[in-house]
Formats: sequence, C-alpha cells, structure tokens
Amino acid sequence: MKKFMKTLLAGALALSMTMGLAACNGSDNKGGDTTQAAPTESKETEEAPATQGGNDGELIKVGIINNDPNESGYRTANVEDMKKVFTEANGYDADFFYSLKNEEQIAAAQKYIQDEVDYLLISAAGTSGWDGVLEQAQKAGIKVILFDRTIDADESLYEASIVSDMAKEGQQAVDWLASQGLDEYKIIHIQGVMGSSAQIGRSGALDEKVAAEANWSIVVQQTADWSEETAQQIVQSVIDSKESFNVIYAENDNMAKGAAAALDKANISHGVGKDVIIIGFDCNTWALEELLAGNWNYDGQCNPFQASYIDDIIKNGVKTKVVIMEEKGFDAKTITQEDVDTYGI
Amino acid sequence: MSTNDLTISSKKSFKSFLGKVVHNQLFIPLVALLLLVLFNLAADWFLHADTSFFQIVLKPSSTGSKILTGNLITIIDNASELALLAVGMTLVTSAAGGQDISVGATIAIAGSTVLRIVKGYSPDISGGKFAVVIICSFLLCVVVSAAFGAFNGALVAFFKIQPMVATLILFTAGRSIAAWINNNDNISINDERFGYFGNFIPGIAIPTPVFITAICLIIIALVLKFTNLRLYAQSVGINSSSSRLNGINPKIIKLITFIILGICVAVCGFIKVSRTSSITYAVIANNIEMDAILAVALGGNNLGGGKFNMTSSVIGAYVIQFLTTTLFRMKVSSSAISAYKAVVVILLIIMSSPFIRRWLDDRKSRREAARVTKAEAALEAAVEVAGDVAADVTADVNAGKESV
Repeated sequence: MKKFMKTLLAGALALSMTMGLAACNGSDNKGGDTTQAAPTESKETEEAPATQGGNDGELIKVGIINNDPNESGYRTANVEDMKKVFTEANGYDADFFYSLKNEEQIAAAQKYIQDEVDYLLISAAGTSGWDGVLEQAQKAGIKVILFDRTIDADESLYEASIVSDMAKEGQQAVDWLASQGLDEYKIIHIQGVMGSSAQIGRSGALDEKVAAEANWSIVVQQTADWSEETAQQIVQSVIDSKESFNVIYAENDNMAKGAAAALDKANISHGVGKDVIIIGFDCNTWALEELLAGNWNYDGQCNPFQASYIDDIIKNGVKTKVVIMEEKGFDAKTITQEDVDTYGI
Repeated sequence: MSTNDLTISSKKSFKSFLGKVVHNQLFIPLVALLLLVLFNLAADWFLHADTSFFQIVLKPSSTGSKILTGNLITIIDNASELALLAVGMTLVTSAAGGQDISVGATIAIAGSTVLRIVKGYSPDISGGKFAVVIICSFLLCVVVSAAFGAFNGALVAFFKIQPMVATLILFTAGRSIAAWINNNDNISINDERFGYFGNFIPGIAIPTPVFITAICLIIIALVLKFTNLRLYAQSVGINSSSSRLNGINPKIIKLITFIILGICVAVCGFIKVSRTSSITYAVIANNIEMDAILAVALGGNNLGGGKFNMTSSVIGAYVIQFLTTTLFRMKVSSSAISAYKAVVVILLIIMSSPFIRRWLDDRKSRREAARVTKAEAALEAAVEVAGDVAADVTADVNAGKESV
C-alpha cells in the first residue's frame, strides 16, 4: 500500500511538473504572438502619449476592474488590449482586478477609491448595486469610465461609457442578409444563452425582419447556449426531418462551426455561392479564415478593443457620454488576409 | 389431471414468466425505449410527416462517399459518448456507492489536451505523421484524464470523502483547467482528417464514434468476463469491510473504477472535440454527468452501490439520447430539454422508492391470496358436480395448493 501511495505521489508530482512546463511554454508563445500580431498599433499608442507622460512627470493612476479573462475569447482579447495600452511607457500606473462576481468587483472599486486612483475603469459583471460606490468615487474626485458593459446608475455618476451595440451588430448582419436578394429566406436561428445581451441584440434584429417580410421565415429557433455540439445537434435534427433551409444565423462563431459540421455530414454545401448561407459573430481568427476560404458568408464583429477609446478620453477629454464603438461586418466576398490579421481575436 | 388444473398451471407459468420479465433489470430501459418508439410512430401518424422518424437513407456526404443518415443513425452516433460514460459511471457507482459529477469538466480537460497537441501541426503533414500526432495526443489525453480520475478515486478511497463531494472539486475547477491548458484560445483545427473520428471516415457509411464505442464496449465486456472486476466491485459496494476480510482491498478497487471512468472520459473528450474540430471550454459536454447518472439509474442499477447490470446501463444511455433526439424533433426548446429529462428522473426515482416497492409487493401478495381462494372455490364446485371422482379431485386440489 505504501509503495502504491509513493508511486501515486511521484506520478502526481511528475505530472504537475510537465503541466507547469507546458503552461510556461504556452504563455511564452502567446506573448510572442500578440506582439507580432499588432506591432503597428502598439507602437503608435506608445510613442504619442509617452511624450505626454514625460511632460506631466508623473503617471496617471488607473484602477481597472474587468471580468475574468477566462470567460471567453472576447474577454481574453479585451484584457490583452487593456494591458497593452495601459502601460508605464504610455504614462499609466495601472492596476488590474478580475472577477466575474459583482460584489467582488464593488469591493475592489472601494479599495481603488481608498488608494486614490485618478480613473476607475469598470466592466461590470452585473448591472445593479453600483450606485453607492460610484457616489463615493465622485466625492473623492475619481473619474469613472465604463467599458463593454453598462450599469443601471444615473448617468451623472460616470464620465463616459464605451460599449458595443449588440442590436446594431445584429442589424448589420440582417441588412447584409437582406442585400443578398434571395427569393426566399428559410432560416435556422441558433441563439446564445437566453437573456445575455449578445443574444437579445442579435436575435432582436432578425426577429423584427422575419416578422416584417413575407418571404422570410424561421425554420427553427433554438438556443445552443454558445455550444458547438448543441448547435450541431439542432441542425442535424432539422436535416433529419427533411425540412429545407438556406440560411444559418448563428449568434457566435463556435455555434456556426457546429452547424457547418452538421451540414458537411449531410453533404449540404455552404458558403459563397453555395446552398446554405452561414452567418457567425465575434470574428475569431479561425472564423475569418473560414470566410476567406469561402466556407462561410458573413461574420459580425464584436469589438473587444476599447482601450484606445478610453486612452483617447483620458488624454483628450470626453466628447460624448456614450461611445458606441465602430463594429464591422465581414463579407466573405470582400474580406482580405489583412482583415483577418487585424480584426481576428 | 383435470382441465381446471391445466388452466391454472398454464396461467401460473405465464404469470411467473411475466413476473420474471418485469423483475428483470432490462425491463425498465427496454419499456422506456418501446414507449419512445411508439411515441414517434404516433407522431409520424398525427403530424403526417413526409418521412418517417425511422427512415434511414444512404446518400453521399460532402467528401463524396456514401453515408447513412437518419434519426436512428443520429441517435446511435450521438449516444456514443454517453454509453461510454455510463459504463464507467456504473463501475464507480457499484464500487464507491456514489457518482462522479466531474465527468463533463474532465471531458473539457481531455478535449483541451488533445487540441493542445494537434493544433501545433500544420494541416499538410503526411498521413503517417498525422497518425502519429493523433495517437500521441490520444495517449496523452488518456494519461491526463486517468490521472484526474485517480485524483478523484484517491479522495474517495483513501480520504473517505463522499464521491459527490470529492468530484465536486473538479466539477468546479475542471473547465478552468481546460481553458488554462490552451491559454483560453478559441481553437479550431483546419485539418479535415481530425474530424474523421467524430464524423465519418471516407468510404465508411457508419459514423466513426459508433465503431469507437463498440470497440470500447467489447473491451469492457471482455474485462468483466475474464477478470474478477465485476465480483470485486460489487462486493466492495455491498460491504466493503467484509470484502476486505475476504482479501479484497476496497481502496484499490475503488481507485481502479475511477481510473477506468477516467479512461472512458478520455475517449469521450477525444470524440467530442473531433466532432466539431473545436472546443468551447465553458459548455463542452455540458450537464453530461447528469445524463450519465441518469443512464445508470434508468438501467435499474442501485445508485447506492453493489450489484449492477452493465447492459441495462448502456441501453439506458441510448434511451436518453433517443429522448433528446425525439425532443429536438418535436422542436422542444433545447433549454427545456432538461426539464423533460427531469420528469423521467422523477418517475424513475418514484418507481424505485421503498414506498412504491412495498405497495407493489403488498398488492402482489394480496392478489395471490385472492387467486388461491378463487381456485379453491372453483375446485369445490367441481367436487360437487363430479362427486364420483371426489377422491381424485381432492388429490388434485392438494397438488394445486402445494404448487400455489
């Protein structure tokens, strides 16, 4: 028995060591990739404000409260973007806090207020419960900028908010789809987690259009909870029941991928000039590559790069209270390799 | 022998046959399967569907080779992972007397490990090299998830933590670990050869997961037949201290069952990521642990450990997928599907509860008592009519009573 325990322990140790090594490797690669991927952008931002930082002689103190970077690919890109812009070279003394829990975020905000930061940047996990802490910040003369997510609080409590307009993303995609001029639109609509802002925005535009147009119909409307396998099962069940369709409107790239896998199985061609139009969202690099190869038709961007907008507001002042970021939609016919490199996350 | 006696004995043998069938462990999953089949036939009829739910057609796929498609194929294909998990879960249930709720999270880890290896290779490497990459990634994923299985097993066997609590650790942490293995990258493998394992190999009409599952099931059947695993797991589950006194080490047996489950999980993870050549850490194999446990319960196995029937667990897994596919067919919202499964769980739990069991037993003994008095009355009437052969008949009555 003892011998067994020993071997077990040794095995566990060996495993943890190799895993540790693997992790180190991974993060190194990752760092290399990102610096290579966007050298132009970071150079610009680094040089311009560096002089300003020099003029002031001291760094702008910011406390950044964000959601957990493991939440999604979107968040990973967002966090990396933040870390790239809010550097000492850029004139910032930034401190980061990550949590998916609202209470923890609020506690962190209180701590930052005590630390007397100049700016508080918040991507709130929940929409409510922030009034008290924002009032404290206002009294202490700390400016608050919200990014990515809004909160239910009086507008006077924050300087600005930088958000994505999910409804606009959906509208862009639906407009693009309408411009394709099909005789009949028979749509499989695969939704994200019900009630999430992305789902509400992206579903809304399509629902309206289907209700308004006579030749637009929904074959099936199901939530796949952002999961490719559920999306695959949903499309599979439609194929098995022999219903005809010519559009798949999936509310993120992974679900579009699952849907495409089901189509491949059943020999239904998809992509540019093929039987079924595939629409995805979020602009993952691999999804844009699918577009480039003509396997998908459209991908809507959900812009995770708010840092440069915030940087602009801090250094050049507030122009509008609510900044809606520019978000693109890519058509497989016009997308270029450059787009993939620039906008892929 | 009088005619009365004959009818009684034939009735009795029929009843005892029926009793045997009802009390067979395969009865519940098979009846559930039958109900689903009938339901779908009825739905075909009432909905006036153009094509039957059960139609299977052979038609070309996008790779050009002909493949089988249809709901039944989809069910057998999609149930593959669940059937494997049900096997592992049955063993764990039997030996440890509890369930592993971390299988979904461990599938995420296993899948992530596979992708971590495969993503490093460009799609234009030759077939031989590609096979090596796949085999290596699969072996590593088996090692990793067997290690996580051993971790769960060690907590249960050596630290005597309840299985559900012990596996709660990985249930919570597993998906984060999976994300961490790949730096939370949203990976997609471009090489179509990687998709063969979750879909179709060109030229073969049956989905690959079906073969993978069949091979694994055969291996497990052979293991159960030619080793003492079944006996040991059951005896540990029934009474671990007395099996220890008989020379079985309960700790090792519990650990082994968790490791076997870990290996099943590795295969599932491999199939899952191959299906779509990508992974979403937060939702891959979401809630599959509940389906696996449900399969074991549906198979009529005691969730408290002890005796088990592997065949009925596996059938249970296919029944659950049948239910899922049926619900998709009826266009039930996918978020509502778990509610329908909950109904099945409630029915199962109520059916196997001690209260219902006692009630059924009571009814059975009351009915038997009633039958005996009825038979006696009939025979008395016969006696009156045929007074001559009274002695003969009473002998028969006695014989009848004895056999009753």
